[in-house]
Amino acid sequence: MNPMNYIYLSAALFAIGAFGVLFRRNAIVVFMCIELMLNAANLAFVVFARINGTLDGQVVAFFVMVVAAAEVVIGLAIIMAIFATRRSASIDEANLLRS
Amino acid sequence: MSTVLAATDGLFPAPVLEYKELAPVLIVLGAATLGVLIEAFLPRTLRFRAQLVVTFGGLGLALAALFLAGEQNSILAEGAIAWDGPARFLQGLILVLAVVAFLLFTDRKIDPGRDAFAPRVSAVPGSPEEQVLTQKLIQQTEVYPLALFSLSGMLLFPASNDLLMMFVALEVLSLPLYLLAGMARRRRLLSQEAALKYFLLGAYSSAFFLFGAALIYGYANSLRFSVIAAATASGTSSEALLLAGIGLIAVGLLFKIGAAPFHEWTPDVYQGAPTVVTAFMAATTKVAAFGALVRIFYVAFGPVRDQWLPLMWVISALTMVVGVLFALTQQEIKRMLAYSSIAHAGFLLTGVVALSPKGVSAILFYLVTYGFATIGAFGVVMLVRDGAGEASHLSAWAGLGKRSPGVAALFSLFLLAMAGIPLTSGFPAKFAVFSAASASGASWLVLIGVLTSAVAGFFYVRVIVLMFFTDPQPGQTTTVAIPSLATALALAVCAGVTVVLGVFPQIGLEVADRASLFVR
Repeated sequence: MNPMNYIYLSAALFAIGAFGVLFRRNAIVVFMCIELMLNAANLAFVVFARINGTLDGQVVAFFVMVVAAAEVVIGLAIIMAIFATRRSASIDEANLLRS
Repeated sequence: MSTVLAATDGLFPAPVLEYKELAPVLIVLGAATLGVLIEAFLPRTLRFRAQLVVTFGGLGLALAALFLAGEQNSILAEGAIAWDGPARFLQGLILVLAVVAFLLFTDRKIDPGRDAFAPRVSAVPGSPEEQVLTQKLIQQTEVYPLALFSLSGMLLFPASNDLLMMFVALEVLSLPLYLLAGMARRRRLLSQEAALKYFLLGAYSSAFFLFGAALIYGYANSLRFSVIAAATASGTSSEALLLAGIGLIAVGLLFKIGAAPFHEWTPDVYQGAPTVVTAFMAATTKVAAFGALVRIFYVAFGPVRDQWLPLMWVISALTMVVGVLFALTQQEIKRMLAYSSIAHAGFLLTGVVALSPKGVSAILFYLVTYGFATIGAFGVVMLVRDGAGEASHLSAWAGLGKRSPGVAALFSLFLLAMAGIPLTSGFPAKFAVFSAASASGASWLVLIGVLTSAVAGFFYVRVIVLMFFTDPQPGQTTTVAIPSLATALALAVCAGVTVVLGVFPQIGLEVADRASLFVR
């Protein structure tokens, strides 16, 4: 099978994530969409590593997993603090800051 | 299919690390780790002092290590980090700005509840738990290691020489800042909201950066900037991959510098975050992100400049116009400064459009002047208070010049520097970027820059008029807090740099000129 198809798959996943961030209203779901975008990038890295015959892309995928894990810790901490205060994780209700 | 992958000899060779040149970053990381251990093992009463020793000791050692490291341009850490003029200059600048900003962190006199940070961030705002903690004057000192971790990412960001290092540095600098933005003692709902917005939008933009990096890797078969430049110069691979990659990477970096149309987070985060954190990140993040942006576009994408220069031109013009026009309408001092920082990102981008060593040195000098003026301005915002905390609405600043002429004059100095009035540091800085851009043929952009600067002068001067020539509204309770010695010192340093670089700009310009060449 042509490995470029996996690149198209990763682009599709990335697009789903990117549009999900724009259209979903729950902070947790928005955050999951961002994780989907990171994983789409991981897939692209690994496929390009396979196509090009170098290891760099596979190594990047490991780094990205670590970064994504750190991001989860920080993101959920922030969303938890907001939820404890407002009893809601909707990003539409976080609207105090405006000009 | 049995593709033979490179480097599968069964052994990975041990990497060679140049510890002498990497020392500044490693010292800051070490100090941050030590700070975490202090939080874990020392009793609460000792933590503040211990954190001060570790933080400022670490910063001092890092600065010393930077001066002792070699001046020879080279590539470090198996190609991951560049060691050249811009990297050294920006690392030094970021460290000095961090020292000044951390002096503001230590202030325990301005706020009656002690410092600017919530005693326990997990406590629900307004809950009995929070009231007890506030009464006991509990102080949260985790901010110091968090800020140091962020600082280590900022040091690596402008020095990174491949896409992986740049992504990791981007995340290391961003993640602690998301938390710091949510830690304000006063107006905690705003602060939490700022943290949420900053986190979601920041993570979103770094995902764009990462996918762009993946496409560039697919195009050039390498993450190294020099190899990417060689691949773009030969132009053998798919053009679509390259252009999509450049575009996505640009989104991630332009978000960090707060350029339009990716600037929406800036006013919200600058307003909601504790003002000390705003001062810290407004200055240092912009310095680090501009260093990274300039490096990647000059070193890696330099050969295909025709493809991205027009877009950068448009973004630069748009950023200047958006920043200035929105700043005109703001009634909140921190939001106004945020839009002013967006406008400054636009002015700085004209130096990127110049695409010459002169443009690089102009950007370096501009970042020095912008950094100190910004920390100084937010430092003054910390002092002007009413019953609920900082008096952030502009109307509360009316007549300040009559009651506290010193503070009002200091704030005016920083505003004039941002406006680019002669004899303050802003004037030679703006002159340098604009002349570099016009020397490279971007005269129309310079014209837009000069016009928007003129309009920008209006809203800076409006605040000065408000402070000195407007009577305060009846019943106004604005007071000016007496700062601690550390805060006063930080403000004095900012004012000193702003005046000295305004009167003798050649001191800074010469250093910036010497530091303007990238290693490839």
